[in-house]
Amino acid sequence: MSLGSQLQELFVKAGIEVDPLNAQCPQTIPCLALACESWAEAAKLAREQSLRLVALWADQGGQGAYGLYAVYARSGAGYALLKTTLQNKTVEFPSIVGHYIAAARMERIIHDLYGLLPVGHPDLRPWINHGYWQAGSGPLQQAFNAESLSQTTAGEYPFLELESEGVYQIPVGLVHAGIIEPGHFRFLAVGEQILNMEARLGYVHKGIEKRIAGRCAPDAVRLAGRVSGDATVAHAWAFCAAAESAAQIEIPLRARQLRAVLCERERMANHIGDIGAICNDAAWSFMHMQCQRLREDMARLHERLFGHRLLMDRVVPGGVGFDLVSDDIPVLLAQTHELAEEMARLFLLYEEHTPIRERVVDSGNISQKDSLDLGLVGYVARAAEVGIDARCDAAYSPYDICTVQPVVCPGGDVSSRLWVRFKEIESSARLIERLLMNLDDSPGRCEWRDPEAGACGFAVIESWRGEIATWVRFEVEGKVGRYYVRDPSVVNWLGLELVVRSVPVPDFPLNNKSFNCSYSGHDL
Amino acid sequence: MQRMLRRIIRIGTITEPLGESRNEAEQLGEHLSVAIRRRFRNSLAICLVDAGSCNACELEIQAMNNPYYDLERFGVHFVASPRHADMLLVTGPVSRHMETALRVTYEAVPDPKLVVAVGECAACGGEFGVSYASCGAVSNILPVDIVIHGCPPSPTDLMRGILTAVSP
Repeated sequence: MSLGSQLQELFVKAGIEVDPLNAQCPQTIPCLALACESWAEAAKLAREQSLRLVALWADQGGQGAYGLYAVYARSGAGYALLKTTLQNKTVEFPSIVGHYIAAARMERIIHDLYGLLPVGHPDLRPWINHGYWQAGSGPLQQAFNAESLSQTTAGEYPFLELESEGVYQIPVGLVHAGIIEPGHFRFLAVGEQILNMEARLGYVHKGIEKRIAGRCAPDAVRLAGRVSGDATVAHAWAFCAAAESAAQIEIPLRARQLRAVLCERERMANHIGDIGAICNDAAWSFMHMQCQRLREDMARLHERLFGHRLLMDRVVPGGVGFDLVSDDIPVLLAQTHELAEEMARLFLLYEEHTPIRERVVDSGNISQKDSLDLGLVGYVARAAEVGIDARCDAAYSPYDICTVQPVVCPGGDVSSRLWVRFKEIESSARLIERLLMNLDDSPGRCEWRDPEAGACGFAVIESWRGEIATWVRFEVEGKVGRYYVRDPSVVNWLGLELVVRSVPVPDFPLNNKSFNCSYSGHDL
Repeated sequence: MQRMLRRIIRIGTITEPLGESRNEAEQLGEHLSVAIRRRFRNSLAICLVDAGSCNACELEIQAMNNPYYDLERFGVHFVASPRHADMLLVTGPVSRHMETALRVTYEAVPDPKLVVAVGECAACGGEFGVSYASCGAVSNILPVDIVIHGCPPSPTDLMRGILTAVSP
């Protein structure tokens, strides 16, 4: 029984009226509509059933009415979408923060971008809005006037304070010391010990969701591929999969296989880079240099075979924008195999290198319960013994045939997050091998045709960082009306704030790198 | 330890001579005299400001420090504070939320200083253009000396561009 029918049964039992949504809803996910008054009650029931909140977003439809969407999931049962419409021009909706912690940031984002008010939200400090537009207005409102932007600089942000003796604040960022993205961290510390860390994000908000509106899918995918440059394949794939589900296009098997090959290569490259960088943050530069070398080897082969070092703009609506000639397959296979072997050798060195083990073991622990409560995703969750992986849970093609076993381990510390990365490199290498050996003879691309006006699509894709959830609504002439994307970082940033409460200040970079959340993917 | 040393020896030195760039760097104006620029040669400190990029440019900037490119052999290194920098590398379209921080960071770099706009977004706004949330090109905010094109520029493009800035 699908999660949709399970939920429907549950809601009916609790006296909540639900309607299965109309034909313009995505075919790929069960959809239920309910009244706004039942919104919080539905969340409560979902929570009682241990469902995970995947995403929460708003949209403004044709007549200007606001719609609110939430996606819930359970491992093994799949995903389900709930929708409600705000009636009578109200801008208020019931908050579900009491049931889902992860909803806190998502509702603040809705508040800032649409001016809607989550009633009962305990913390409505501006998040994406840094003071350039009035609270209550929002850039994604149809009536938003860009001319009305205030020219004043951003206002003060009231960070959490603690007035105990000996507690001091450390402001870090927003322009960081290394070669990384900008964001501000505010620590409350006593001596070397962190008591609390609060992140202030939104600095790289560049209006992707608004910018993409009005573009046709083949053009819009370029922007989707730049939500987070390090996960460009996964984000482009998520957009394309959502758009294809709206257009009801079935792309050829070869295209799906090649997308997966690129996505797995992206996973390997980023995991290799991260392993090196985490070790570097514990002053083990040998590992950093080895990993950087392997990562560069990957980038060079990508340039040669696919035409781009980071694989940008290779995934397009309808398939992939390149073809892999059969002579190149052994080259790709050989390198993938060699990389996995090199990393296995480096893993042995890592395991016997006590100075690094000393730093990573038992640093920044997160329990399985906390991980579930926050709804964390990706390697962060899997390192805390939560086996969620969209490749299994959504089993989207080609992972329906080429199945994956999630790499799970207990511990929840930096060393577990490293271990999961090492093992995922191995598993990705095996997947690439299987995909390439069974590469279909069909074309790598089919013709894209614009979906009808009002058609919507939804997709989840497991990026190297974790699950990406994407929703696309089309308007007339195949133009994108609304593009919503929930990068894994939106939830995983919460996890980082939680784990560093148990570490000393100098171990923060180590933990930060072991999470490696995206700023750009969060800020959009 | 022995195994680590064996690996280091087996792999050896893999650093390559600097290759040819595909995206030529573009010089805008002459903000610094040739004499000053020559002084920066063989000892250039860089501070990076991501003013709104998607993180792809950062990956390629990091790659300049990998053993194939080894940027430091040209006397070019990255520093943590703009106070210690001679050059500001700026990536991304300048988001409105980063505009003030970018100006403040620029002010913090001691004179004489160079500004290099890295990547298509920094050059012209790229895919993000100018909007309610984006100010577009870096040159809309700061005086720019060198523009390195590419989405993202390769490490070779970046190194050629940086070295152009300090060659007479």
